Amino acid sequence: MYSVNYHRAASVADAAKLLKSGDAKLLSGGMTLIPAMKTRLAAPSDLVDVSRLKELQGVKVSGKTVTIGAATTHYDVSADANLKKACPALAHMASLIGDPAVRYKGTIGGSIANNDPAADYPAALLALGATIVTNKREIAADKFFKGLFETALKEGEIVTAVSFTAPAKAAYQKFRNPASRYAIVGVFVAKGKDGVRAAVTGAGEDGVFRSKDIEAALAKSFDASALDGLKVPAKGLMSDIHASADYRANLIAVMAKRAVAAANA
Amino acid sequence: MSDVSLTVNGKRVSGSAEDRTLLVHFLRENLGLTGTHVGCDTSQCGACVVHVDGRAVKSCTMLAVQASGSTIVTIEGLADGAELHPVQAAFKEHHGLQCGFCTPGMIMTATDMIARHPEGLDEATVRTELEGNICRCTGYHNIVKAILAASETMAKGAKGKAKQAA
Amino acid sequence: MGIEGVGARVARKEDKRFITGGGRYVDDMVVPGMKHAVFVRSPHAHAQIKKIDVKKAQGMPGVVGVLTGKELKADGIGNLICGWMIHSKDGTPMKMGAWSPLAVDKVRYVGDAVVIVVADTKGQARDAAEAVEITYKELKAVVDATKAIQPGAPQIHAESDNNLIFDWEIGDAKATDAAIKSAAHVTRMKIVNNRLVPNAMEPRAALGHYDKAEDHYTCWTTSQNPHVARLVMSAFYNVAPENKLRVIAPDVGGGFGSKIYIYPEEIVCLWASKRTGVPVKWVADRTESFLADAHGRDHVSMVEMAFDKDNRITGLKVDTIANIGAYMSLFSSCVPTYLYATLLSGQYNIPAIHANVRTVYTNTAPVDAYRGAGRPEATYLLERTMETAARELGVSPAELRRKNFITSFPHQTPVIMNYDAGDYNASLDAAMKAADYAGFTKRKADAAKRGKLRGIGMSCYIEACGIAPSAAVGSLGAGVGLWESAEVRVNAVGTIEVLTGSHSHGQGHETTFAQLVNQRFGVPIDSVSIVHGDTDKVQMGMGTYGSRSGAVGMSAIAKALDKVEAKAKKIAAHLLEADEGDIVIENGEVKVAGTDKSLPWFQVALAAYTAHNLPAGMEPGLKETAFYDPANFTFPAGCYISEVEIDPETGVTDIIQFVAADDFGNIINPMIVEGQVHGGIAQGIGQALLEGAHYDGNGQLLTASYMDYTMPRAGDLPSFKVSTSNTPCPSNPLGIKGCGEAGAIGSPPAIINAITDALGIVEIAMPASPATVWAAIRAKKH
Repeated sequence: MYSVNYHRAASVADAAKLLKSGDAKLLSGGMTLIPAMKTRLAAPSDLVDVSRLKELQGVKVSGKTVTIGAATTHYDVSADANLKKACPALAHMASLIGDPAVRYKGTIGGSIANNDPAADYPAALLALGATIVTNKREIAADKFFKGLFETALKEGEIVTAVSFTAPAKAAYQKFRNPASRYAIVGVFVAKGKDGVRAAVTGAGEDGVFRSKDIEAALAKSFDASALDGLKVPAKGLMSDIHASADYRANLIAVMAKRAVAAANA
Repeated sequence: MSDVSLTVNGKRVSGSAEDRTLLVHFLRENLGLTGTHVGCDTSQCGACVVHVDGRAVKSCTMLAVQASGSTIVTIEGLADGAELHPVQAAFKEHHGLQCGFCTPGMIMTATDMIARHPEGLDEATVRTELEGNICRCTGYHNIVKAILAASETMAKGAKGKAKQAA
Repeated sequence: MGIEGVGARVARKEDKRFITGGGRYVDDMVVPGMKHAVFVRSPHAHAQIKKIDVKKAQGMPGVVGVLTGKELKADGIGNLICGWMIHSKDGTPMKMGAWSPLAVDKVRYVGDAVVIVVADTKGQARDAAEAVEITYKELKAVVDATKAIQPGAPQIHAESDNNLIFDWEIGDAKATDAAIKSAAHVTRMKIVNNRLVPNAMEPRAALGHYDKAEDHYTCWTTSQNPHVARLVMSAFYNVAPENKLRVIAPDVGGGFGSKIYIYPEEIVCLWASKRTGVPVKWVADRTESFLADAHGRDHVSMVEMAFDKDNRITGLKVDTIANIGAYMSLFSSCVPTYLYATLLSGQYNIPAIHANVRTVYTNTAPVDAYRGAGRPEATYLLERTMETAARELGVSPAELRRKNFITSFPHQTPVIMNYDAGDYNASLDAAMKAADYAGFTKRKADAAKRGKLRGIGMSCYIEACGIAPSAAVGSLGAGVGLWESAEVRVNAVGTIEVLTGSHSHGQGHETTFAQLVNQRFGVPIDSVSIVHGDTDKVQMGMGTYGSRSGAVGMSAIAKALDKVEAKAKKIAAHLLEADEGDIVIENGEVKVAGTDKSLPWFQVALAAYTAHNLPAGMEPGLKETAFYDPANFTFPAGCYISEVEIDPETGVTDIIQFVAADDFGNIINPMIVEGQVHGGIAQGIGQALLEGAHYDGNGQLLTASYMDYTMPRAGDLPSFKVSTSNTPCPSNPLGIKGCGEAGAIGSPPAIINAITDALGIVEIAMPASPATVWAAIRAKKH
């Protein structure tokens, strides 16, 4: 790790101020940033730690509206009793991220701000049609995720929360990379008031994406059998030593079917 | 450089460290608590797991300064004096370790796992929850056995205490 | 057997320190004034070094030294060696290229060490390492051994034309060819044994300390054999004469072969300590371990197995290309030869065998022994071929094996080995029973109803362990003898220290070796201390590898115990005024048989040291030394069966059950033996399903961290069903065969045989990852 200056922000406003110094970066759970710094792939001059800010923590469920503070850990999302009732699919998804120790530290805000193409939250938020709240504005998930490790966040902008309307039905199915345990393919399906949305992570060359084919088939009938014979094109999918684009295409169809079956279970 | 103040294994400690110092290195080098190990660079092997404010985390993926103000338990602080913690005892009884390098992290993960599952554990759950701890010696067979046994012992112990209280 | 004696399931003595955080590994060592080292490694697989500029790095904060290979050479430090001479079939010696601890003119793999940087902190050393400027001229690289021996391939060492190190053979080519020609059936296969990275959880480390006043060096190192390290560093690398060099291997966090070898880093740390005047510690990062630890396996073989009309094997012909990597590591030459081809008879009567082995340089990390070393490659080749043959011949895999089993002993194979004892049917029966083999057909049908593909596969392995008779290995080219030493020191109060040349890095010697002493004298194991891993304490030893600590290391202890027992009996007979032949030692008492006359053990010990009343002419003291040189290899064998279920939609293989039935001869501590088997099986399943080192065409290691190299995790594995049977080994006094490697040797073919059975195909590459299995299913459909 290169030398770095650590700051513990007193508030979101304080964090915004601190972010202006040098090449500062926000530190939340640190589950991606610190490993990247250890291998010297990331070299921020300053770290602004927001992980202890109470104003960024917690899951609130009010009627059908769910709001999750940006610094809420994956564990706290996975274990939240109200969320488990309102949107069990998201709690389940959070329970599949990394490992128990990672889930105790990693946060929803950190995950989506990083937008790793194999991360789980981007698929969930895209499928849930969530809104990303920052210290400056609100951004629809459809507009937030912009390719590999790219988001709509501007310089100095801080994710403070995520909110969405709980869907009638939803589920996430993940096929792990056997080594890294990130998603090779993860499919989140949700049937909400605006219809069916299905988002895929781990597979796209441009990161998380919605599958129009899956959504169209499920719009007709939200049943696993609606996806029988679905051929997902391999074009635009990643290929690496762990999985070819063809294999990923196959897994998208299989995981989508399993997700729908789980959502209906 | 920053000042780092921690409560480690019940003792208040403080020291000065570069901001880039990882918690694991602070524990090992500044405090001499070498039971916590480093086995990988990618936060996957779990040899470095310690409890920070009651949660089992990877001390190789946390800055010491980030932990400042926290309460930490390491493998050195788990036993109650000469009396082994039930998880430690179970690892010994069931031969849940060979070279011993991953063992501290395994034990710290296991104690957290057992605490999180007061309803009890089964083999499948233990195996899933060991996702973040890699062992190269045991094939996990006896680690799983040890954790299941410790979980049972601790549940009985808790019941026994409840009875005594009643 | 007493409660702590031979055969008892005793909890380990050493556990106390490991479960309380009190283990002492190299990285835990602190020496006053110690500084930290980082190695600058080659980013290229093959390149000439044009220029090294260290000026900028030298001026960085905290830096105490930046040293290159040129300075190392100027100080007379020697090249690394391979300690086993192999001659090609034309009689020429192997063509070994030079391996400098720090590369001077050329780098030959990604990770080749070029410069050492020493600084106050590891962070500063790393900062300065980045400031070292090295100008390379890149050369074409080759990573695939089959391509490296093609004409026109990049030449890696000037010494070896077309990268061929040796072209070696064993067995009778003519007889084998004749057998194939006249066969009723020949099974032919191409067998690829995938490259693995050992991945002991403790990364390698070294701490070198030069004491100027004493002109003496101390090296703490993650070694399986500190004495061999001292010998080699002293005799070949000119680091220091043996009497001026102490090597300590304290607690070592797993080895699996990868910590046998003497690597550049420990040599360079010692040398750098003298150069810089400070103790120098280096600890590998995990990625560094992936790049620069010796890898394992990486064979490509063609095999032909001939059968007569009764399905009896009449001949076996094997042609193997073994990837050695960029340099010849310490035992690299014997792994694909005498540890491999000599086991090609397996558990079978094969009248004619011929194997040809070519070893080849490539621009990859050096390849050497990894758990099993040669024997997993032989077993995989044989047991995959047997399975395929059974399918081709239309007989059950068990029946074909039974028909060809060796059943009388001793049995001389056509490839050197003389099997001394075994009962292969017993293991096969035990495994089939434990696996409920007979019920498989129904289970397969049930799985099919759930849309799953079930398969079952077996593997009957044999290995040669306890290496080995020194004269025999000497005649085959070994540079060292492979005996072991022991010293038993009975203290005046009767407690005992056993000094051994074996090294424990997970095997539990502190317990099992003490059990042996308990068995002999009845002294509680808590009163027996096992001392190992320090050249200042133990005079000489050959270390732990090849499952030899029990068969060889403990046999040496047994010999020393014989001498102690004899002297103790003499003293007791004298004190008790009895005949020496009537003295027995039981439960801590020294008795006159058939009488009530006895002395507690400690009193005999005390008498030896007070020396007030010893037999005439007897020297005081009770301490004996023994060297044990085995009479033969030992031959553990067994049968493994795995049952798998495959999800055809995803290609995921679930291991439904894994059964191991082993014959390890006599067993000291069944709990520890089971643990060894569990761990070995996990590594074997890892090879079959999960693990594979993968270089791209430019020689970049794509699997250089746990993000890309799949380590077996708890969730990838089932609990194992293990059992043992026992035909005691007649070649050593304890009847022990060894158990450390069996699991890794026997399991890969059992898994792959089960997968190919489930899929109804002949071949699938290891690791049979979900993607690979899915592709195989798809290929079969089309």
